[in-house]
Amino acid sequence: MQAGTLHERDPDHAALREQVWTRVQLARNVRRPHALELMRHMAAEIVELHGDRLFRDDPAIVGGLARLDRHRIVFVGHQKGAETDENIRRNFGMPHPEGYRKGIRLFQLAERLKLPVVTIVDTPGAFPGQASEERGVAEAIARSIQVLSGLRTPVVVVITGEGGSGGAVALGVGDVVLALENAIYSVISPEGCASILWRSPEAAQDAAVAMRLTAADQAELGVIDQVVAEPGQGAHTDHADTAKRLKAAIVARLDELADQPVDALVQARYGRFRDMGAWTTVEPVVPRSERIGGLAERWGLTDRLRGLLESGRATLTGSVEQPLRPQAGDLADEPPLREEV
Amino acid sequence: MPIKLPFRPRRQEFPPDLWTRCPDCGEMLYNKQLEKNLRVCPKCGHHFRLRVDARLRLLLDQNSFAERDGALKSVDPLGFIDQKPYLDRLEAAEVSTGLREAAVWGTGSIGGHRVVICAMDFAFMGGSMGSVVGEKVTRAIEAARSDRLPLVIVSSSGGARMQEGTLALMQLAKTCAALGRLAGAGVPYISVMTDPTTGGVFASFAALGDVNLAEPRALIGFAGARVAAGTIAEELPPGFQRAEFLLEHGFLDEVVPRPQLRDRLIALLRLFRPAPLVPVESQNGTGPMLRSLGLMDVLGDRDETRGSAEAAGSQGPARG
Ligand SMILES: [Zn+2]
Repeated sequence: MQAGTLHERDPDHAALREQVWTRVQLARNVRRPHALELMRHMAAEIVELHGDRLFRDDPAIVGGLARLDRHRIVFVGHQKGAETDENIRRNFGMPHPEGYRKGIRLFQLAERLKLPVVTIVDTPGAFPGQASEERGVAEAIARSIQVLSGLRTPVVVVITGEGGSGGAVALGVGDVVLALENAIYSVISPEGCASILWRSPEAAQDAAVAMRLTAADQAELGVIDQVVAEPGQGAHTDHADTAKRLKAAIVARLDELADQPVDALVQARYGRFRDMGAWTTVEPVVPRSERIGGLAERWGLTDRLRGLLESGRATLTGSVEQPLRPQAGDLADEPPLREEV
Repeated sequence: MPIKLPFRPRRQEFPPDLWTRCPDCGEMLYNKQLEKNLRVCPKCGHHFRLRVDARLRLLLDQNSFAERDGALKSVDPLGFIDQKPYLDRLEAAEVSTGLREAAVWGTGSIGGHRVVICAMDFAFMGGSMGSVVGEKVTRAIEAARSDRLPLVIVSSSGGARMQEGTLALMQLAKTCAALGRLAGAGVPYISVMTDPTTGGVFASFAALGDVNLAEPRALIGFAGARVAAGTIAEELPPGFQRAEFLLEHGFLDEVVPRPQLRDRLIALLRLFRPAPLVPVESQNGTGPMLRSLGLMDVLGDRDETRGSAEAAGSQGPARG
């Protein structure tokens, strides 16, 4: 793998850095089509809805009703602006908590009306300011994730630009996660990562490589399911064609998901995220209660069962060829190992 | 040229293995005294961070704790190297803390009430949440749900672990999803936030308690205060992102000083139990089964074959 390739003198690494950074810049390109532009190109009909009914309408998150071919949908997405004025109004796509609460309101509406949800992820992150903290941006993000994870209607996520941290995941939980070719997805911005781990924002390009934030890398890790190719030199060169490709991918997924029983759908969505992560076990699981003389019998039993499951589960690799989680097909057939009902 | 003083320099007067200076009031505190006082400054009430073993001793009945999944260990899924390889950082953290990861979970009792408890240790890589922390938290939540025991999570974390990239980020989704099912099953969750609880940990399971408690003056926030100030160049008010600030803004139920925390939990657990299960006829005729009373279980029944999407979606909470 990449071990040892991060030296600046390594020409391969220099080329990789260049390549990855080009994508970061494309993902952030202001000319790139954003949520509303994409929706206007993709949808035959569209009605935007406003407000969280609690505090105000956050222009950094948009949402509403739309029709994609035969599917009536609810859409919710981060919204950046194409020019400075609009970008300021949209807060550069960095939502306050009320943006996420507008999203939650629309997700719940979709569930009630049995409309599938399409989310469009494109944000540097949730807004890190005083007002945002005062109104509980962390709670809004956590709640949005929770609502999406159990929503009893299909959810298709599309990462179209920057998938920045918790503010992105808040709209990023669905049955299937698509990404445009030059989209990025990361736990923190490359600049933020560099300034913490390298103690220098200059190392942003190294951080971008190390975090493996490109759509292709994220597909290898199993965090996204499908990469949608962009036209020409990138999505910003042809909005209409980008939207056409994206629409085809979304509609194909909506077609598939529409046929699934909603219980199975929610179960598989839970499984999709439940299985994310990489770890190993260093010794057979011996419950401490047994070692120190049996505190409670039923815990011992549960732990023994768990131990058996664990040995089958001990994952990981880190090798890029191997997906870190079972494929979608496996998930639908098989309940997660640890669900005891 | 150093000047020779006729008396011993101050730092030898208070060797650091014996004395700690309180960062709030500047008092020199004798370590043994500080430990005895639950690491709370006797002069000003400053709460020093607590290691996970001390935390569990503080909250749980003696010898009631049974750890689970202590064998889970992090790997390096991205091959991540910054100034140091991630694996080296993990090893250094293990050596310096004697822990395998930043979270420990298990079962125990608090004042005789059985609970599932998970506690974090900031000393292990800043309490950061990678795959193992996310997995342990999720297993704790799932155990609380399946065994219908109240859940207590004591957070202390700088947020998601950067070295695991989006796999760390996905732990937000995993833990929040599990908490959604716990809530659906009518099992209560008490979130205890200690200094610090920030970033992806605050923006996932820590924020979602049915009851949210915090220790006095604990730093609790989404973005680092420096980030907040830097991004928007605004003056931050005094006490910004401290526990009392969150209480004022409605995101905490109570700020509880450490010496009262155990009693507070006992008081809550006395009043705050999992919803009772009532027998209901199962729909596929396999006999009666138990469901929690009046609360919709987000999981739905396990017999997934039954019903179309439309039919299943239209079912009411108690089904039958
Ligand atoms: Zn003090």
